[in-house]
Amino acid sequence: MLDIIMKVFGKAEKKSGKIAKERLQVVLIHDRASVSPEIMEQLKNDIIAVISKYMVINKNDMEISLANDDESVALVANIPVNSLRHKI
Amino acid sequence: MSEIIVITSGKGGVGKTTTTANIGVGLAMRGNRVALIDTDTGLRNLDLLLGLENRIMYDLVDVTSGRVKFNKALVRHKKYDTLYLLPTSQVKDKSAVNPEQLVELCKEMQKDFDFIIIDCPAGIEQGFKTAIAAADCAIVVTMPEISAVRDADKIIGELGRADKENIKLIVNRIRPQMVENGDMLDMEDINEILSIDCIGQVPDDEMVVTATNRGEPVIAMKDSTAGKAYKNIVGRLCGERIPFYKPPKEGFFAKLKKLFGMF
Repeated sequence: MLDIIMKVFGKAEKKSGKIAKERLQVVLIHDRASVSPEIMEQLKNDIIAVISKYMVINKNDMEISLANDDESVALVANIPVNSLRHKI
Repeated sequence: MSEIIVITSGKGGVGKTTTTANIGVGLAMRGNRVALIDTDTGLRNLDLLLGLENRIMYDLVDVTSGRVKFNKALVRHKKYDTLYLLPTSQVKDKSAVNPEQLVELCKEMQKDFDFIIIDCPAGIEQGFKTAIAAADCAIVVTMPEISAVRDADKIIGELGRADKENIKLIVNRIRPQMVENGDMLDMEDINEILSIDCIGQVPDDEMVVTATNRGEPVIAMKDSTAGKAYKNIVGRLCGERIPFYKPPKEGFFAKLKKLFGMF
């Protein structure tokens, strides 16, 4: 009986159409943000070139990646700085 | 000068070829001169859907390789005499035609036709790249099902990378009863997810099967709901403003009614 009352008031389990929509929205955020390794490498090289104008960085220990959580995508870069360049 | 439209989807089996045949017939019924080009080389099917399978002499590969002129390979439809099919080869594979050849061919054909409609193979490989090369407009066909929508999104991304800006969506094989029960994505959901203009929603209709069996596109059948939907799509393609039918979603009263139905 409780089950039926819950159904009437729309508190029952989620409809499969809604589940499909939510799953799609999440998977597409990830799909759309996926980048090929070649492009990632190019991006890394460009970032190195720009930052090297201002700082001496440790290229071997730097990490660049795309981090996904459920609703957004972030470009995360961890770049160890050895020293600043004072004269530009 | 004609408009060149490619019908594509990413995923196979969502109804690209059915859509191509119906839009082609629909445009021809309005008096337009229409050429349909099947580029699904190796998996020729558009001829069957149009009932033209016994009249093929030459194919797309014969034309692009320079063996015959395109007008020699075109097959005129028996019933709609402004509709022509350029069938593809059943023996060659998708690499037999390259994008430059198709662009060149479409350019040549443009002066003879109001619409050139290209049926694209499934997938995102070479065959897809060839099929979209010449098109001004792309119609992406999808189904209210997660894998088909995901693949459509991928295709939309690929079309964007190829600088195709005019992209339209058709949602095929909708089951209104399931949408009403909340168990199927509807056109609005898919529209929201993919964010491109929708020009049609086609209900799942058994008459599509019987029409295909006979080789007569369903758009010509008076009582078919899918046929009506294709007619609306053709109208919208021709610039008419035709409102969309909205299947009602299950609300409180529908739930209540269903509950009483249970007793």
